[in-house]
Amino acid sequence: MNPLLENIQNATRRHFIKQTFAGIGGFALGSLVNPASASDLPNPLAPKKPHFPAKAKRVIYLHLTGSPPNLDMYDYKPELVKRDGQDCPSVFLEGKRFAFTSGTPKLLGTRRAFKQYGKSGMWMSDAIPHLHEVADELCMIHSMNTDQFNHAPAELFTLTGSPRAGRPSLGSWATYGLGSLNEDLPGFIVLISSGVQPNGGKASFGSGFLPSVYQGVQCRSAGDPVLYVSDPKGMDRDTRRLSLDAIQEINELHADEYGHPETRTRISQYELAYRMQISVPEVMDISGESAKMLEAYGAVPGASSFANNCLLARRLVEKGTRFVQLFYWGWDFHGTRTDNGIQKGLTDKCATVDKPIAALIKDLKQRGLLDETLIICGGEFGRTPFREGRTAASNVLGRDHYPDCFTMWMAGGGVKKGFNYGATDELSFTVTEDKVHIHDFQATIMHLLGFDHERLTYRFQGRDFRLTDVHGHVVKELLA
Amino acid sequence: MRNIHDYIWHRRAIIRNLGLAVVCSFPLQLRAEIDFNRDIRPILSENCFLCHGPDEEDRKGGRRGSGGLRLDTEEGAKADLDGYAALVPGEPDESELLFLVTTDYDDERMPPAEHGKALSEEQIALLRQWILEGGEYDRHWSYKRIERPEAPEVDENSFVVRNEIDRFVVDRLVSEKLAQSPEADRYALARRVAMDLTGLPPYPSEVEAFVADEKPGAYERYVELQLKKPGYGEHWARMWLDLARYADSAGYADDPLREIWGFRDYVIRSFNENKPFDQFTIEQIAGDLLGEPKIDQLVATAFHRNTQTNSEGGTDDEEFRNEAVVDRVNTTMSVWMGTTMACAQCHTHKYDPITQKEYFEMFAIFNSTADEDRKDEAPILELFSDEQNRKRKALEESIAEEWRTLEAELSKKEHRTRRLEWEKRLISGEGWQPLVPLESDVQIRSKGKFSIDDEGIVEVHENLRPNEQYTITSDFPEGMKSLSGIKLEIPALEDGDPPWSLTEIEVRVVHGELSEKVVEESKGNEKKKADPPLKLVNASATFDSPHTKVASAHDGMRANHTRGWSVPGRFDEDHEASFELKKPVALSKGSKIEIVLGQVEFNRPIKRFRLWVSEEEKPLPAVPILLASTLEKPERKRSRQEKAALISFFARHDSESRESHRAIAEEKAKYDAVEAMTTVPIMAEVPESGIRKTHVQLRGSFLDKGEVVGRGLPSAFTEGAGTDDPDRLALARWLVDRENPLTARVIANRYWEAIFGVGIVGTSEEFGSQGEAPSHPELLDWLAIELLESGWDLKYLLKLIVNSATYRQSSVVTEEMYRKDPENRFLARGPRFRISAEMIRDQALFVSDLLSPKMYGPSVNPPQPEMGLKAAFGSETDWETSEGEDRYRRGIYTSWRRSNPYPSMATFDAPNREVCMVRRERTNTPLQALVTLNDPVYIEAAQALGRRMASVGGSTAKKAALGFQLCLTRPPSVQEKETLLRLYESLKRRYSDDLKAAVDMASDPIGPVPEGGDVAEYAAWTVVANALLNLDEMFLKR
Repeated sequence: MNPLLENIQNATRRHFIKQTFAGIGGFALGSLVNPASASDLPNPLAPKKPHFPAKAKRVIYLHLTGSPPNLDMYDYKPELVKRDGQDCPSVFLEGKRFAFTSGTPKLLGTRRAFKQYGKSGMWMSDAIPHLHEVADELCMIHSMNTDQFNHAPAELFTLTGSPRAGRPSLGSWATYGLGSLNEDLPGFIVLISSGVQPNGGKASFGSGFLPSVYQGVQCRSAGDPVLYVSDPKGMDRDTRRLSLDAIQEINELHADEYGHPETRTRISQYELAYRMQISVPEVMDISGESAKMLEAYGAVPGASSFANNCLLARRLVEKGTRFVQLFYWGWDFHGTRTDNGIQKGLTDKCATVDKPIAALIKDLKQRGLLDETLIICGGEFGRTPFREGRTAASNVLGRDHYPDCFTMWMAGGGVKKGFNYGATDELSFTVTEDKVHIHDFQATIMHLLGFDHERLTYRFQGRDFRLTDVHGHVVKELLA
Repeated sequence: MRNIHDYIWHRRAIIRNLGLAVVCSFPLQLRAEIDFNRDIRPILSENCFLCHGPDEEDRKGGRRGSGGLRLDTEEGAKADLDGYAALVPGEPDESELLFLVTTDYDDERMPPAEHGKALSEEQIALLRQWILEGGEYDRHWSYKRIERPEAPEVDENSFVVRNEIDRFVVDRLVSEKLAQSPEADRYALARRVAMDLTGLPPYPSEVEAFVADEKPGAYERYVELQLKKPGYGEHWARMWLDLARYADSAGYADDPLREIWGFRDYVIRSFNENKPFDQFTIEQIAGDLLGEPKIDQLVATAFHRNTQTNSEGGTDDEEFRNEAVVDRVNTTMSVWMGTTMACAQCHTHKYDPITQKEYFEMFAIFNSTADEDRKDEAPILELFSDEQNRKRKALEESIAEEWRTLEAELSKKEHRTRRLEWEKRLISGEGWQPLVPLESDVQIRSKGKFSIDDEGIVEVHENLRPNEQYTITSDFPEGMKSLSGIKLEIPALEDGDPPWSLTEIEVRVVHGELSEKVVEESKGNEKKKADPPLKLVNASATFDSPHTKVASAHDGMRANHTRGWSVPGRFDEDHEASFELKKPVALSKGSKIEIVLGQVEFNRPIKRFRLWVSEEEKPLPAVPILLASTLEKPERKRSRQEKAALISFFARHDSESRESHRAIAEEKAKYDAVEAMTTVPIMAEVPESGIRKTHVQLRGSFLDKGEVVGRGLPSAFTEGAGTDDPDRLALARWLVDRENPLTARVIANRYWEAIFGVGIVGTSEEFGSQGEAPSHPELLDWLAIELLESGWDLKYLLKLIVNSATYRQSSVVTEEMYRKDPENRFLARGPRFRISAEMIRDQALFVSDLLSPKMYGPSVNPPQPEMGLKAAFGSETDWETSEGEDRYRRGIYTSWRRSNPYPSMATFDAPNREVCMVRRERTNTPLQALVTLNDPVYIEAAQALGRRMASVGGSTAKKAALGFQLCLTRPPSVQEKETLLRLYESLKRRYSDDLKAAVDMASDPIGPVPEGGDVAEYAAWTVVANALLNLDEMFLKR
């Protein structure tokens, strides 16, 4: 069977019918219903085959909210260091809008020490010492490029393909296309590390116009890991089972009496909920991990740190969760305070991610999961090669938002290892080689998961929508 | 691509000449007659229009230089292509179209393989038959005028027919060989009707009365009873608020709370009053443009102020103002016309005949409103309670009376000479002296660069931060003895300068050493001046719009004070604002003036300005632009209105009327002291359409400007309509015009969808050629005509639907019926589908008797789990739970924060309301089960329901039956009752053995069980109630 068709049929039944009706009009209303599936609604999260076989089966996306300064971490520009403090050449400013800078700002060379690491000789700064150890696993893209320079629109653009809220997020598309590998867990899980929501709010992991079953399920490290997963006080598991049996008994009567398949679906969803009440808290509880493992990640049971969430991400993909999305606030390095300056501020911030990310890569590799798990790391745009305007006179150094070039990296499932792609000019104002637009990046991720990004679509308001809008090219050079 | 297609056309000619044409061998479709709209348009639209449709930009194929082959018009399809044509009437084998969709040559076959779509044999057969029958086109069905169709005759002995709806439905059932289902029982109908009309189950007493009512018309009376409940408006408002993208926050990253619930109440009231839908439409789109609009009609315009406002730092207000206008165009077309306009923002529509130019002509209609993505949401309307309104009205009248008295007095001859003298001075602007500060006198908070010219005009070249503030500390002009007034001059903006607003002005006079008099306290990041600024009065400005009054800039610097003076639409003129000191200040040697100009709005700093000071006893006011021309005329040439306006201005600034001024100021102070109950952002037109020009925005980017366009409506829908330079009011009237082909169909369809679960047009958001064709086209038109001819009476429309036999059918479905028609499109059974998020919550509170009947007012915060999260750049997303009955209000009153919608409702597919939502999904997921099983809101409801059951006298069986009936509006069957009793007995045993668990189960969070009660029994009833609230039937209407 045509994989696209198969995919559509595996989507919710109502949607299938809609797709078909919308596609060919009302003339064949009666004849289109597929009798084989009329008596039960297929589980919309059942595993599905992509368009073509693919290496990556799962994704862990580390979104560093606010956008880390690539020039102080990955993209080494000695010439910029040389010209530190000089007026920014006007050619780079003309016709451009910046969030907090106007006039002529001063160039800002990095204060970090850069060196090459690994067999691949990957350039990295001293802000991320643990990542040096896994340099040969990374696939670094230096020529990223986006259309947006304010946080919320840029983050939505990166994660949903549109700068305005309302489109499905990357994780939703992946789960819509692939289903989940473990039906006792949500297929798309979101972990928020620092008590601040994504810039785009819940829209950054929302399902947009896709059925809400594909939206990211936010798991928490304190309280119920998933909302309402615990039985109420005074109800133990046996009591829950007892009451569930009564509910199901009566629902069975209704299913027979009224004949609606949706009743049977509800019966199975209640059973699934019952199982999730066990499976979710279990997977979210890291206290059973060895002291060595906890130490490797820097995780502390009960905390709500990025380190904990990296460890949880590994546990989740191990159990078959399709897409794990981490959000970690605090990367908006404007230099308006010490903690968002690129000196001490960056050192401290990187210390909270560097070790856990390296541990995650090593851990997945050691478990044989890295080849099938795609790790993605980055922000929503880049940061300027010049000092931000507001803080020009301060001792704390910071950079403004910059959409024209920045670095993101991937590792694992299907991408080249120890690989650098794309380049910017010597001051890092423009991409000079192999530009990768956000839509190209998204097309490549979809490809790595086995999808033709132009064909994984959903019909809404009379149009087939896709993650990449009407753009995007797969960057073949990144593929292993 | 053009080249490749040209090549293919060329090749085709060669193949034809070689006689290689493939003869198709598909059997002819046995359909009686082809209907272009039903059978053919969907095929062409889906497969061809993308490259051969309305968008000429990259249309493919056709003769060289012809602008491409066009298959969306008959003319285009039949055009001569050098001896052959895509469509040759009556000659399928001569028609290129058919050849190319059937050819075996892969690289020629249409649609091209890379588009991934190939026509089915059935589709090809239809095309063939269509061409054979002449290949005629027809206007897209939904763009045709709505005419009243004749209801078909049906066999009334075999089918129940209660009104015309049934005739249309039965006619289709007969042709599909389906039978009508019998009428549902009274209990089922009681629940179904109440849920559909009020969103809540009926009261038990209503059910009993209805079930027992044997008189004719019992059902219709029951329907009337439900329609009269205030819950009707609360229920139907929900659908409208989804469309209106109503929320209690402004959206984007920081998503601050927004006060706009007055609009929600307007919608509820309008539904309960059964306001005609045309009036409802006009008020919301253009209530402000009605002559002398009523308060409610202004509140209605908040419909389009529900767009998002971006106050993230560093954002460009113009960009997001533009976004809001785009949203208004798209939402208007979605809500009223069922048309997806968004495509045409970036390029001419690929499928429907809407050009990009037409998109921006419609954009132009909305492009002249005063709102500008400001953080304070200006313009806003203050709303007062009835009592406050009475008080304000009385004060207003007495103030107006005093002004009239004064004006009458000053109109007398004896004041004429003095007035003329004053007029002369006014024109000369005498008495004002410019301040020419030194560079060192000026502080720009952001440290931006600036320069000062010889005349004292300060120009700030760069503004680096929001919350800009200029402080000018300058010597007075030589010889000045006292300060009585100051004036701010802002020259006309030049192209590309951003609009400005002055949010506050402070004036101080500093004598002697600065450091001794001005103490600065450090408080957080802000320096706070310890000495209060001088009191300013009698502000006057060249331009003073109702929502950005100059007077709001001088009442002292307040925290987050973001109102202020601006001149929407008139930035290209020179402006001045003058202020008098309440008490003039005597100056000594070395006195300095300090003026602070605060501009709290993001990115709205003042680029150029000059300051003036006066020592006149009564400084001359800045002259409103509207009066300036009057002043230039000799007195005899002035019209009566001009004279009156001038006298009125004179009265307000006449130095010899101090007594009257004082008296009026006292009244005014009382008036100002009445604080508004709430505010609502509203639509307001900038004067004389303002200075905004509308350009076509190339590729949809607001920075990439194409040709300038005027206001207009899309021509595809407006044949013959008088639509010359329409404003918003004309647009609103056109939406509900008899000749508008879409609105009545779209609205009737949406109501049908709300009742039956699927619309007659299944794609209720899309009526264009990419939408679904109607399952019952004549029925849809009949409903639309009824709606139009009833004077847009929505309750009438609903009554037609629910009184039909079609609606009253039993919803029981056999497997065979389900296979044939899973979505119930043919309506051989009654509706049964999952109720909305709000209904699920309201129902649980209702059956447990917790639901508060309180209507209207500020949104409330029912319990939700603490997430410990903040919005990005924003405040906490957790909230303080409302107390008292506000904890148990209907879902429509729940605070709706866009970045964080109420979690339990979001789980049941409630949208986040960032954009217009035409149709909610209805999913069925395990996370939903967790909500109704475990959410403390539902546990509390179970506890309350359990107590309700426990408190009724009689046997355990009776208690169980009561709970069941409360929840499901019917008595339980024997089996159902047995199951519940068995559950209760085992629970009671368990809880008797574990009293601690029993206490938790029975009382957390609702509170201790009634005194003397058996806690194990209460715990058991709670769990039984929890089971009842989770029965499948609870989530459906039966």
